[in-house]
Amino acid sequence: MRLRTLTALAGALTLSLVTGCANGDSTGASANTVTYWLWDANQLPAYQTCAKGFEKENPGLKVKITQLGWSDYWTKLTAGFIAGTQPDVFTDHIQKFGQFADLQVLEPLDDLGIKNDDYQPGLAASWIGQDGHRYGAPKDWDTVALFYNQKMAKDAGVTAEQLNDLSWNPKDGGTFEKAIAHLTVDKNGKRGDEPGFDKNNVKVYGLATQGGGMGDGQTQWSTFTGSAGWSYTEKARWGTEYQYDSKAFQSTIDWYFGLAKKGYMAPFADYNIQSNQGITQFAAGKAATVFDGAWMISTYYGTKGIDAGTALTPAGPTGKRATMMNGLADSISKASDNKEGARKWVAYLASDACQTVVGKAGVVFPATPAGTEAATAAYKKKGIDVTAFTEPVADKKNFRTFSYPITNYAADVTALMQPAMEDIYGNGKPVSSLDETNDQINLILDQ
Amino acid sequence: MTVASSSPPSRLPLSGAEAVAPMKKVKARAQGDGALAAVFIAPAMLGFLVFLLWPTLRGIWLSFTRYNLLTPAEFVGLDNYVRMVNDPIFWDSLWVTVEYVVLNIGVQTVAALAIAVLLQRLTQSSLLRGIVLTPYLMSNVVAGLVWLWMLDTQLGIGNEIISGLGADRIPFLADETWAIPTIALINVWRHVGYTALLLFAGLQAIPNDMYEAARVDGASEWRMFWRITMPLLRPVLAVVLIMTVIGSFQVFDTVAVTTAGGPANATNVLQYYIYGSAFGRFQFGYASAMSVALLVVLSAITVLQYRLTRAGQSDLG
Repeated sequence: MRLRTLTALAGALTLSLVTGCANGDSTGASANTVTYWLWDANQLPAYQTCAKGFEKENPGLKVKITQLGWSDYWTKLTAGFIAGTQPDVFTDHIQKFGQFADLQVLEPLDDLGIKNDDYQPGLAASWIGQDGHRYGAPKDWDTVALFYNQKMAKDAGVTAEQLNDLSWNPKDGGTFEKAIAHLTVDKNGKRGDEPGFDKNNVKVYGLATQGGGMGDGQTQWSTFTGSAGWSYTEKARWGTEYQYDSKAFQSTIDWYFGLAKKGYMAPFADYNIQSNQGITQFAAGKAATVFDGAWMISTYYGTKGIDAGTALTPAGPTGKRATMMNGLADSISKASDNKEGARKWVAYLASDACQTVVGKAGVVFPATPAGTEAATAAYKKKGIDVTAFTEPVADKKNFRTFSYPITNYAADVTALMQPAMEDIYGNGKPVSSLDETNDQINLILDQ
Repeated sequence: MTVASSSPPSRLPLSGAEAVAPMKKVKARAQGDGALAAVFIAPAMLGFLVFLLWPTLRGIWLSFTRYNLLTPAEFVGLDNYVRMVNDPIFWDSLWVTVEYVVLNIGVQTVAALAIAVLLQRLTQSSLLRGIVLTPYLMSNVVAGLVWLWMLDTQLGIGNEIISGLGADRIPFLADETWAIPTIALINVWRHVGYTALLLFAGLQAIPNDMYEAARVDGASEWRMFWRITMPLLRPVLAVVLIMTVIGSFQVFDTVAVTTAGGPANATNVLQYYIYGSAFGRFQFGYASAMSVALLVVLSAITVLQYRLTRAGQSDLG
């Protein structure tokens, strides 16, 4: 009797475990629901408004939005692809595009009728895979500019006009280096360009550190390498040869990290991706300026006790100013249970109807020109001048914009470049060490 | 006196049936116990098979394949192992891990032993024992994050104090020289109480008479520690060492939240490298090969430790 009871209990336990495992689907997918994931909490309300508009236009279809933090987002998404619990539609980053295309987890979107001309230049073209199919519908874009502390600039006698008219070169750093030297203040109150400046005891750095920049240097060195005329690979998209061994690149990196040796830029040791990014140093009053992306505008301008301003990136040896112009997209999972609903939702997300709504929220620049205009107006209403971010896109004569590197094996490139750049910045390793790293990367790409 | 043939006459002679009956009973009971034991063992056995044996065997198989989780695994023979042997980052990771384990276990064991002996010799307070265990109640990730903020070069309170005292700020987690010792000590802080408590339990098993006898003979506390405590604690200490060394080799969470393997791979411990290769780069085959290597290293260390410390034998009794 006792044995029988125990056996029954054990059986019940095993059964409950098995059925428990089988009921692991948490996406809430059904024929009339489209699941959608994004990572930016600031954008969530805008997309919720979009979803309402979509549901009105498509009676019977519902959109279920899930927001996850940046790092959790990719882990969960990957796990979702494996376990079959992926969302129908998700916000995609160009950094992951090559890998996802390679893993064949993306649904082609050729029949959505996405036209290059309907979006800001270059955005739609970036989401065409090597097989010629489209895998992403343009969603938004961002550029990089120089955020500065207005009070610190005023105290140093540096005007907004001067900050918007800086130039640099790898030999003496030009007016950019002079400006950030002047904005640097040591413990004794001496500025970086004054005699007796103590570079080992700096109170406020002219430029915050954003770390080594891995293989892209988006908010670190890419504005300088870009205005020096350098490109990541031999062609704009799906290149097979990285060019970290180029002398133009290496001399720029040498000069850029050299700013830390001079005491004008915070040292690598001050950076921590978790606790001390550029915004933290800026907010704590430890840095007068910082290069950061358009997605951070609300955060910088919302920082209590600090009056932030923005300036254009400095002009480089090519005579042009440069910034990375990165664009996000919406992609559909190949294993989606509701591809028809997903297609309708992505088409709606990529339309002026939704992008204007998102633009009006004033948290991001949508990909369509109308969406961008709405965003610019919304920022203006909040008292924020976003010219430093929009002008590079509008003025192709004086600006060079370039995309995030789009190649295969992006994760491998990052895994090799991150320690290599940190070694140069943090440990003083010669910049020529990048020759070997570049060879290793290109060997992987040759596979 | 001969007892061999002096069985009570009342029990003799035994009939065949009578002689067999008790044996049958014993056998029947044994069978009943076996089935019951099987029922009790079944859940653990199921767990062992599903969560340990099967993943281990599958991991070993995957180490001979190229596998990205989403497309079928492709057999590549020893390619992953050849790559591993020629991969400087793997060797660097292994070295970093060993460096971490030596620092972590060295400091932790000495500190835990000191705390355990002090607890045993000086106080009976349960409150003190509880306080010693407090850091262990915190999750590794939380402990890592708290220390990360406290030790931040620019903003951390630790460096504010150091700077206030007139010394240079120390990039505890951002400098390649400091990062591993700092992580090792963060984990010592979290685990030392638990280790001390395990050793304390071992100390409780040492009879008090020995200390009393030694004291009568005029032995000092120091002499008693080396001559009584250490030899008698050895089997417990050995088991604790084996457990903590294995745990230490598997360090991951603290690294993930404090340094993410940086700066410049200075804290790229083997588990973190394996994780990055698998879940960052989708190289599950290569990651499995490195996991097998870690399994071999850990098994070898465990056997060696077991032998050297004679963990299976006690000097007591």
